[in-house]
Amino acid sequence: MKVGLFVTCLVDAVRPEIGFSAIRLLETAGFEVVVPEWQTCCGQPAYNSGDSRTARVLAEKLLAEFESFDYVVVPSGSCGGQIKVQYIELFRDDPDLKARIERLADKTFELTDFIVNVAKCALPASGFTGTITYHDSCSGLRELGVKKQPRQLLAMLPAVTLTEMKDCEQCCGFGGTFSVKYGDISGAIVDEKCQNIHATGAGAVVLGDLGCMLNIEGRLRRIGDEKTRVLHIAQVLAGDA
Amino acid sequence: MEVQSMHFKARAGQKLADARLQKNLKKLSEKFVTARASAIAELDDFEAIRDAAVERRNRALENLDGWLDCFERNATARGAQVLYAETHEEAARLIVEIARQHGVRKVTKSKSMVSEEIGLNQAFEAAGIQPVETDLGEYILQINQNEAPSHIIAPVIHKDKEEISDLFAKAHSTTRKTEINELTREAREVLRGHFLSAEMGVTGANFLIAETGSVAIVTNEGNEGMCTIMPPKVHVVLTGIEKVLPTLEDLATLMRLLPRSATGQQISNYFSILTGPRGAGEPDGPEHMYYVLVDAGRTGLLGGEFQEMLRCIRCGACMNHCPVYQKIGGHAYGWVYPGPMGSVLTPSYVGVENALDLPHAATLCSQCAVVCPVRIPLPDLLRKLREKQWERGLRPWYEKVGVAVWAFAAMRPALYAFGSRVAVRALKWMGGDRRRIRNLPFAAGWTRSRDFPAPSGRTFREMYRERRRP
Repeated sequence: MKVGLFVTCLVDAVRPEIGFSAIRLLETAGFEVVVPEWQTCCGQPAYNSGDSRTARVLAEKLLAEFESFDYVVVPSGSCGGQIKVQYIELFRDDPDLKARIERLADKTFELTDFIVNVAKCALPASGFTGTITYHDSCSGLRELGVKKQPRQLLAMLPAVTLTEMKDCEQCCGFGGTFSVKYGDISGAIVDEKCQNIHATGAGAVVLGDLGCMLNIEGRLRRIGDEKTRVLHIAQVLAGDA
Repeated sequence: MEVQSMHFKARAGQKLADARLQKNLKKLSEKFVTARASAIAELDDFEAIRDAAVERRNRALENLDGWLDCFERNATARGAQVLYAETHEEAARLIVEIARQHGVRKVTKSKSMVSEEIGLNQAFEAAGIQPVETDLGEYILQINQNEAPSHIIAPVIHKDKEEISDLFAKAHSTTRKTEINELTREAREVLRGHFLSAEMGVTGANFLIAETGSVAIVTNEGNEGMCTIMPPKVHVVLTGIEKVLPTLEDLATLMRLLPRSATGQQISNYFSILTGPRGAGEPDGPEHMYYVLVDAGRTGLLGGEFQEMLRCIRCGACMNHCPVYQKIGGHAYGWVYPGPMGSVLTPSYVGVENALDLPHAATLCSQCAVVCPVRIPLPDLLRKLREKQWERGLRPWYEKVGVAVWAFAAMRPALYAFGSRVAVRALKWMGGDRRRIRNLPFAAGWTRSRDFPAPSGRTFREMYRERRRP
């Protein structure tokens, strides 16, 4: 079975190692992983800015690049939600494209959702050791229903202890360009998230979305926390962290 | 109320810096969020009740003119007069006229957000009529120089007990009380005189019932009864045209969700259904009853992509659960309705161009849609308002240029790959040894409160290409 990996623009630019961890996870589970070379962005920045025309153009580009695979896997809840939920909105009035988009949506999965529900929890041996807390990112949780999947997988790692933080489902305040346009409000929201992370005493906060990752890591470092690690779940599961 | 939504950013900044407000806003999650969660958990099948509520609200809205006619017929048959106002000004003028006809000098008021919309207190004062707010929260705001409410069901959530103690001592010229029961007793003593001397009572409406021509009102303090059943000669119900429900059964369904979603109560302390003025032989009720039903932008949403917003039953759950509202409170939003529902209603009612920040000042985390008892897709509506701004060219030039440049590259993978390679190297260099950027020139909003973790210096795709090379 062929899996098309949509790396996402943030993994591509900021944390490329997460892309390789995702590949290792998918290959261990027995899938052939293909990374279409000319992929760019799912179009979410345009969509959330109100530029739906550009969002449609980028959606069509992604559709053409990925519709031939058996599955499409995305190591991000928000890009996954964009493809699986929001694209359909964009092509409401175009029955042909809508049908193709729906087929794409059906075979598109957030990474942990894919490993649990398609790959039936096949994981490589991960030597990751330590205490962690898990932050549920908004789109993964509320658009895609990713809640139990990462926890189920983390529970399979023998040397990991998960302590839930207060309000783990509360938004971290990232919100894409919101974090720049309304930086002070966003800063106040992520500050509360960091307090909740600290209260668990965990050595690492683990999550499934790059936006939240950069936001939380950026705030932790700004308030002088050099110790708490901020890790993508793919890194933990693949034993790359 | 005057629209101040264009000052959102500056006001939000002040609110974030207000340590006392920040402490007071914690009450939202401590009180409302927790209480709602347990009240909803008690229901056998919350999702099915929500579906029924959506269906019943939709049935009312899809034939709104018909149900309003039905309401008017039945309310008139029971002796009330139903008046319609197309604008805020017209609504205020109608109510002042009613007061004049009946020689009213003092009006007691129960809580109504539509009254804030139309600026009713100012209209009364201009006409030499004294309005007295009797909802405790609204009363506190009125004696604080007519401060605006900051929440639709907890208007004074932004204040703490200490502030209210100070305010009472000053406004009532009494010794400063610190116990809540002493404070409420003092308010009761002041308000009692007004209840007995007012000639008219104004209330809002949680719902209007078409089949009976009634108004349903939910309160926790019970002063609404003092405004409507006790002495006043005249009762005026002021509300929006969208509040009509076809039947009492519809009301029963909605009432299973409203108090639970709002305050986490199974049922509010008081719940009145009032039908017409006092009839012959009846012991209480007003001599005259009027309905002033306000449009003021509502018909503009009917039949369009924002119609779902009219389902709103004003429970406040969306703002209680909103990470942005929790940090800035209601005043920053700059008009009557704050939080997610307000960020949809304000641009819809006062003009998209007068509230450019509101649809963007949301993380689109979707928690509001999760808790909305009538399933209003608030994040989708906020995004549609963003689309409207974009289509009308209302976004700032740098945003338009930014999206255009990014989109141009994103459609040209070779250019995009090259651009990313340059950018990640530049950002890595900026990050230095500590691998983090403290000041991003084009994203100062980000780096004011957090670092930007520097990229590792090479893109995934260039590394992938190298590793796969045979």
